[in-house]
Amino acid sequence: MFDPTAEQLELAQAVRDFCHAEIGPTVKEDDEHERFRKELIGAMGAMGFCGVPTEESWGGLGLGYLDYVVVLEEIARVSASYAVSVAVTGLPQIILRMFGDDAQRAQWLPALAQGQALGAFALSEASSGSDAASLTTTATRHGDDYVLRGTKLWCTHGGVADLYVVMARTGGPGPKGVSAFLVPGDAPGLRGGKKEEKMGLRASPTTEVVFEDVVVPASSRLGPEGTGFRVAMAALDSGRITSGAVATGVGQAALEFSARYATEREQFGQPIIDFQGVGFMLADMAARVDGGRLMVRRAAWLRDQGLDYGQAAALAKLVATDAAMAVTTDAVQVLGGNGYTREYPVERYMRDAKVMQIVEGTNQIQRLVISRQIKARYRA
Amino acid sequence: MKIGVCVKSTPDTAITRFKYTSGNDGIDAAQVKFTVNPYDEFAVEEAARMKEAHGGEVVAVTVGDAGAGKVLRETLAVGVDRGVHVDAVNTDSLATARLLAAVARSEGFGVLFCGKVAVDDQASAVPAMVAELLGWPHVSVVTAFSTDGATFTASRAVGGGVEEVVTGALPVVITAERGLNEPRYQKLKDIMAAKKKVVGVVTPESLGVSAADLAPVVTFSAYADPPERPKGRVIPGDAAEAARELVRLLRDEAKVL
Repeated sequence: MFDPTAEQLELAQAVRDFCHAEIGPTVKEDDEHERFRKELIGAMGAMGFCGVPTEESWGGLGLGYLDYVVVLEEIARVSASYAVSVAVTGLPQIILRMFGDDAQRAQWLPALAQGQALGAFALSEASSGSDAASLTTTATRHGDDYVLRGTKLWCTHGGVADLYVVMARTGGPGPKGVSAFLVPGDAPGLRGGKKEEKMGLRASPTTEVVFEDVVVPASSRLGPEGTGFRVAMAALDSGRITSGAVATGVGQAALEFSARYATEREQFGQPIIDFQGVGFMLADMAARVDGGRLMVRRAAWLRDQGLDYGQAAALAKLVATDAAMAVTTDAVQVLGGNGYTREYPVERYMRDAKVMQIVEGTNQIQRLVISRQIKARYRA
Repeated sequence: MKIGVCVKSTPDTAITRFKYTSGNDGIDAAQVKFTVNPYDEFAVEEAARMKEAHGGEVVAVTVGDAGAGKVLRETLAVGVDRGVHVDAVNTDSLATARLLAAVARSEGFGVLFCGKVAVDDQASAVPAMVAELLGWPHVSVVTAFSTDGATFTASRAVGGGVEEVVTGALPVVITAERGLNEPRYQKLKDIMAAKKKVVGVVTPESLGVSAADLAPVVTFSAYADPPERPKGRVIPGDAAEAARELVRLLRDEAKVL
């Protein structure tokens, strides 16, 4: 499991070929103009990128998480925004496979797995970020329906998604009062609100999502009432692995670009990589990227084996995303004045990396999760 | 109908730095990443499209060592149904053509697609030789192809932007020019499905091609780099002055004006 298999290398090459040709040419422009090209998700879906771990019978590839992280890393090497799009469309699939019934799966899985439907995950609210269990969006039962009311924030694919997994309150305060719902993007009363102007991931739309008396049938609830928070936490556990993989791809891209630059750029009559100050910087960058990648692969492997992977996923997310931030910052430094300009991609890598330390549970929340486990294990 | 496509394993020109063998009589293959010859990708795509339109089976053929056989596998994810790897050394174009013609004869291809040129030796010799050995018509640098299963129509760009249209009866050897089609990407599902496809390994003997048939008629004596390009010269001064100097140099030194 340390190194990709021959098959994973073939998958990676195919992903690379596609992304370089279809995403690469406009990646700078899309970043500048905050342009999301939804049709690319359809094209990636046709290539098989959107449903890697979903069973073949549901339209996916039926592969493991180890394969999935290889695919995500490769997309992220070209565009973190579109890698996040694939991961966010993957999230409802993971939720449906874990918590959905067959009718719900049949309705949504094949479309999501083949990129014909764009997925979204609506959990955060204005006053409920890390403290997710304090969310205030409500789902009120009326006969065979629920009526959803509230506003979600920082929703990737807000306003353009075809399916939202929405966490809403059906009971009292706290995590046990939360249920999860599948809400189609065209449900009356649902609309994308204010679009965030972001530092990074600018090709990926992030918006407020407003639910004004959105009526959904009770059959669109995932699992029994009151289990929504469990759904959210399970999704975040998986999401930690995928955000670690995306971060690894961004870090790898930054490492490659700055390493090539350092071998070509000459000062004082020699390539700057031959100055120990730069060479050691690149060595540290390589070590950080590899460390993050290995931890991501371990978490993916544990998940594939059906073993407990929560702690490994938190550790991997923490290390891989902190690595991406450090490595992309150093990449800008290696390029010097050039690195600070938009003519070179490393400043984008740096902006894209930052959010990885924030999404799927901030890295402070990861440390909280990890430290709780340490306390439970070593308590006298 | 069985549709044949010839594939050659050639160095990936995007990333390869060449080194010669110690005797300068070849390229050091150990230093090189090999992939499908780019023009053969157009041939593969055309074969796949012909099958999708008319049915049949697409068989890709290569001549070479085990590495060449591996490259053949790459085509199995983009529309090829089966591979035939002729395990033999590529000595010269005629020997390779004899082996490919023997495969085409024993498989009974209706059409044989090839790339117009291999990007390594740039000989463009094999497809015409195969056609000659088989007694089939041969249309080169083709930019559009269609068939009804018995006859074919092929377009080729000749000089001056003129398009030449050739028609004839199958079987035929076609060589693909850039622009014939847009090769597809490998879909992840097709990569996995390709694992279940078969690459058969055959020997020259099993094709009835003897060692005497394969004796090279061409030998490669040496490879050498082109002479190093002299350094460019920068002409200083303002634009009008520099232009005058440039014209003077082109006329008096380079003697091209």
